[in-house]
Amino acid sequence: MDIKDGRTVKGTNFVDLRDAGDPVELGALYAQQGADELVFLDITATIEKRKTLAELVRRIAKHVNIPFTVGGGVSSIEDVKVLLDNGADKISVNTAAFKHPQLINDLANEFGSQCIVLAIDAKKEDAGEWFVYLNGGRTKTNTICFDWAKHAVMLGAGEILLTSMDHDGTKQGFALDITKQLAGNLTVPIIASGGGGTMEHFKDVFLKAGADAALAASIFHFKELEIPELKRYLLKQNLPVRKS
Amino acid sequence: MRIVIIKYNAGNIQSVLFALERLKIDAMVTDDVRDIQNADKVIFPGVGEANSAMLYLKERKLDKVITGLQQPVLGICLGMQLLCQYSEENATGCLGIFPLQVRRFPANAGERIKIPQIGWNNIYSLTSPLFKGIDENSYIYNVHSYYVEDSSYTIAKCRYGLEYASAIKKDNFYGLQFHTEKSSAPGERILKNFIGL
Repeated sequence: MDIKDGRTVKGTNFVDLRDAGDPVELGALYAQQGADELVFLDITATIEKRKTLAELVRRIAKHVNIPFTVGGGVSSIEDVKVLLDNGADKISVNTAAFKHPQLINDLANEFGSQCIVLAIDAKKEDAGEWFVYLNGGRTKTNTICFDWAKHAVMLGAGEILLTSMDHDGTKQGFALDITKQLAGNLTVPIIASGGGGTMEHFKDVFLKAGADAALAASIFHFKELEIPELKRYLLKQNLPVRKS
Repeated sequence: MRIVIIKYNAGNIQSVLFALERLKIDAMVTDDVRDIQNADKVIFPGVGEANSAMLYLKERKLDKVITGLQQPVLGICLGMQLLCQYSEENATGCLGIFPLQVRRFPANAGERIKIPQIGWNNIYSLTSPLFKGIDENSYIYNVHSYYVEDSSYTIAKCRYGLEYASAIKKDNFYGLQFHTEKSSAPGERILKNFIGL
């Protein structure tokens, strides 16, 4: 869930935001429907808003009985401590970690790799190579996505949340090539994000790309696909799915 | 009934407290020796690193307090590992209630596994009232790089590359490797069962 000013929002290719409801209510509903984990990314995170985010995290933790990750503007040990203390299970870092990779190392040492998720927003360039983007997709870098992911794992990132900006919100399927490259070559779980539109897309990202998990937002927010139906389908494809 | 959650330098304490709140069970988070000793049930949670956690407990003499407890004690995740003899995580001597070793998952245990284990997995061979009402192969949530070896103290098993103890029991001490506080309905039932012991 992308969070802006305390509300769940969803865009397409990172723009054109639509309101999708209260994050706590949605989170509790998804947990009850069988979602395995939740991710909350504060896309307006600024220093003034950080206290608000901590309060939201606390409310989520009170109402949701499955694990959840929180991210958005996380840039220090203190930021992470506040969010974990309020009940978050994992923290995702993005831009700040790219600018100061030592942050990943510091966080892993302080809190353990298991709660440090590296979020990467990536976009495919004309030559076919995937590059890292920062600041919610607004700033291009010249770093190749795979290189950054590999380096971050070496520094202590425990999971990678890979969002394809090209696929985000399009419902045209996940980015199989880059997901496969990361999942096949890195030693940490890869969560594929961006593009999930049909049940087949989920099957493909698991079977063809080897993703460890798949994240979707808009199709669930706008009830185009229900989690129980999706899980029944994946079970029929002989994929390991938690029965709840 | 007085339920105490031991406060120390490890995470997920808040999550355990919230899980109890959802079950309408009151609990106190404290590092006060007397409060811990006088509790009816003690929960010893933890997400963190073994060595720094042990140092913290020793500095506050909580190590001796925990080993001396007579009431039901539930160690969760790192809390369970600290109840064992020794952890390979930074070569840490632990509380020694269980004469067991905590080992790092081997990178090549036959099956290709990713470390840490982060995610849902099944528990089986459930042999304790702690698992009353819990079906064999129920899904529970795990986050860990180290595991407790299987032994006669095992009351639930799990497989991740190799078979390991997902839960252990000795006298009044119980340990759960998984995060029962984050394990949806089965997790809540297990917590409730512990409170009802």
